[in-house]
Amino acid sequence: MNFLRCTLVFALLLVAGRAVAVIETYEFSNPELELRYRQLSTELRCPKCQNQNIADSNAPIAQDLRKLLYQQLEQGASDEEILDYMVARYGEFVRYRPRFSGATAILWLAPALLLLVGLVVAFLTLRSRRGGSALAEQQLSTDEQRQLQTLLDKTEQDS
Amino acid sequence: MGPRLKLFVPLVLFAVLALFLFRGLELDPREMPSALIDNPLPEFTLPSLGQDRLISRNDVVGRVVLLNVWATWCVSCRVEHPYLQVLADRGTPIYGVNYKDDDADALRWLDELGNPYVANIADREGTLGLDLGVYGAPETYLVDAAGVIRYRHVGVVDDRVWRTILEPLYMELNAGAASQ
Repeated sequence: MNFLRCTLVFALLLVAGRAVAVIETYEFSNPELELRYRQLSTELRCPKCQNQNIADSNAPIAQDLRKLLYQQLEQGASDEEILDYMVARYGEFVRYRPRFSGATAILWLAPALLLLVGLVVAFLTLRSRRGGSALAEQQLSTDEQRQLQTLLDKTEQDS
Repeated sequence: MGPRLKLFVPLVLFAVLALFLFRGLELDPREMPSALIDNPLPEFTLPSLGQDRLISRNDVVGRVVLLNVWATWCVSCRVEHPYLQVLADRGTPIYGVNYKDDDADALRWLDELGNPYVANIADREGTLGLDLGVYGAPETYLVDAAGVIRYRHVGVVDDRVWRTILEPLYMELNAGAASQ
């Protein structure tokens, strides 16, 4: 049993080593830089494989951009400087959190607008439904009431 | 809105959605305008492939040229190569950016397949590629006589691309350069 467990652990370690080897690791001179590296690399989009950020992508261009990001962070560049550098070369496209501008206004405003539209629709629907049922109650005349009662009595007898 | 008209709401929504999706069929998300359009070609000084000298921005700028980013590891570049030769034979100046490649491999490629390039910039580390915003080969940039990038085509340049997109721009820029 002990031997089996050891073999299993050893086998798992082998696999783990391989999984890590795919992505290069960088040694940061200070942990704060590493934090910013993680943050920025998830926020920068891989220009080649358009639905991945550069942290997740293994495309050569993503590797290059990660290396560049690392170098710039170590050189003491600010987040803003790094993003400007990337945008100057790859366009606003490269940011998953694009700046607010004419072209990106719809991206930023659409959620709020849709929420507003949804709220208005919900409000109108609820109001008309409530109004409708109130109206129906009022319109039930004594005659109709009697009819309803006979129907109800009938179902009771049937069951 | 009458209750009858309300019945058409789903149909209208469907029609709008269908219109957007239909439009999307023709859009290629990889066709992005370069961030460098109407910006000057970045400065560089890099080895000239197969020659014992450096090549810099000043060597390239001065007339309307094509700047073609290629590499031996790039399969589409092999497809594109014969057409570049056709263009070069017609007298179109094409400069090559040999992007993240091995010099020996690149020289063998040019030996075997022909050399359509006026000169090749050996961008071994991809530094020029980075400044250009290259994200894959092949890419072809149209640079005017003043050294300003006017167009970037991502993917293979073939007869259709040349005739419909690049040639009209190339002609226009050349006419502009001649009149100045």
